[in-house]
Amino acid sequence: MTALSALFARDARISIRIGGGAIMGVLFFLTVVTLVPFAVGPDLALLRRIGPAILWIGALLSSLLALDRLFANDHEDGSLDLILMARPPLELVIVTKALAHWITTGLPLVVASPILGLFLNLEPNALAATGLTLLIGTPALTFIGVVGAALATALRRGGLLLPVLVLPLTVPVLIFGVAATNAAVVGGGRFDTPLTILCALTLMSGVIGPFAAAATLRYGME
Amino acid sequence: MGAAYAKVCEIVAMKLSGHDLACIRGGRRVFSGVSFSVAAGDALVLTGPNGAGKSSLLRMIAGLIHPADGSIALEGGDPELSVGEQSHYVGHLDPLKPALTVTENLAFWARFLNGTSEVDDAAFIERGLEAVGLADLARLPAGYLSAGQRRRLSLARVLAVPRSIWLLDEPTTALDAASQERLRRVMQDHLSSGGLVVAATHGPLGLAEAQHLRLGIASTGRENSRIGGAGNALDTMQ
Repeated sequence: MTALSALFARDARISIRIGGGAIMGVLFFLTVVTLVPFAVGPDLALLRRIGPAILWIGALLSSLLALDRLFANDHEDGSLDLILMARPPLELVIVTKALAHWITTGLPLVVASPILGLFLNLEPNALAATGLTLLIGTPALTFIGVVGAALATALRRGGLLLPVLVLPLTVPVLIFGVAATNAAVVGGGRFDTPLTILCALTLMSGVIGPFAAAATLRYGME
Repeated sequence: MGAAYAKVCEIVAMKLSGHDLACIRGGRRVFSGVSFSVAAGDALVLTGPNGAGKSSLLRMIAGLIHPADGSIALEGGDPELSVGEQSHYVGHLDPLKPALTVTENLAFWARFLNGTSEVDDAAFIERGLEAVGLADLARLPAGYLSAGQRRRLSLARVLAVPRSIWLLDEPTTALDAASQERLRRVMQDHLSSGGLVVAATHGPLGLAEAQHLRLGIASTGRENSRIGGAGNALDTMQ
C-alpha cells in the first residue's frame, strides 16, 4: 500500500502544481460553457432547458483534456518502465493513477458545475441534479479514458487520437447522465432509473477500464 | 543478526543466466543465440556497437521485453518475485518529474520501489542525497538539474532501495570524473556484498573483475518474426 499511496501523492501533487492539468480543466470547462450562450443567443428559457446537457458536454470534453498525459508523461521520462517492472499489480497502479487524476481534474469540474450552471440560468434543483450526476458520472469518464490514454501511449500518438477513441465510448454515460438530470429538472420521467444505470456504468468502467488499460500497456510498451 | 546472515547466504547463492536469447525489434533481428551467466558478486559488462542490442538485452532481463527465443533464469532469488521485481533498472532516461523537488523525486521512488514505510524518514532521504552529492540541491525542482545531476539522482534511487541485481544502461553518461569514480566505488561495494551488476557501456567502468559480453550487429537484416538461422558474431571473453 505504501507504494500505491506514494504514487497517488506524487500524481496529485504534480497535477496541482504549475504545469498540471487541474486548473486548466476548469478553465476549459468555463470556456466551453460560456461559448454556448454566444452561439444560441440570449434566450433564457432555451438555456435553462439545454443547460444540463451543456454542462455535461463541457465536463466530458474537459475531463478528456489532461487525460492523454496520464501515461505519456511517465512514458517519456522512463517512469513507466519502472512502474511496469514494480511489484504492485499494474491494474492497481492504474486504479491509483485514475483516482489521483479524477480527484485533481474530475472533482474540480463537479465543484465548478453549480457556478457555471448559474450562467445558464439553471434553477437550484437543476444545479443540484447536475452536480450529483456529474459526481457519479465523471469517474466513469476517467476510467473509460484510461484505456484510451494507455492506447495513445502504447501507439506513441498523442493529441486527437484519444478523444476520437474515447468519446464514442462515453456516449452511454452522457445519455444517462443527462437523462437523470432532465428528469429532475423538467419532470416527465423517473429520476432514479437513469441514475441507477449511471451508477452501474461507473462501477462497470471502474472494473473493466483498469484491466483493459493494464493489458494495453503490457502488450503495447514492448 | 541471524536474519541478516540468512539474507547474505541467500544472495551469495544467486545466479542470473540467460540461455540462447534472441531479440526481434520492429521485424529486425537484433541478436540471437546470446547466452550469459553471472553469479553473485560478479559483474557482466555488455559492449558492442550502437544497435547491437545492449539496451534490448538489459530490458529483456528486466522483463520489459519478451525474448523471441531462449529464456532467462534466476537461481537463489526470491521465488515469489520476477527477475525485474528484484532488479534495479537504470535506463537512458532519468525518471524524474520536473515539477517535484529533488527530495520529493527520490522519496517517491524510494517509497514506490521499497513498499515499506521506513523510507518515510526524512533523514533516510537526506542520506541518500548526500551519497550522490545532491544534498545542497534538495529543495530545487528537478527540472533545473543538469544532465549529470539528473543521472546522479537516478543512481540515488538505486542506493536508497536495496536490490541484489543492478541493470545499468550506460550508467556513466553525463557523469563527471568524480561521480564516475563514486559510481565505480558503489558498484564495487555492491559486488563485494554479494550483489550482481549487468551494465551496458561504451567506456570503461573500472571494475576490478568483470565478465565481458560483446554483442555484434546481426548481419541478416530484416526478418519477419522468423527465429533461428545462424547466430550473430558473439564472443565471450573473461
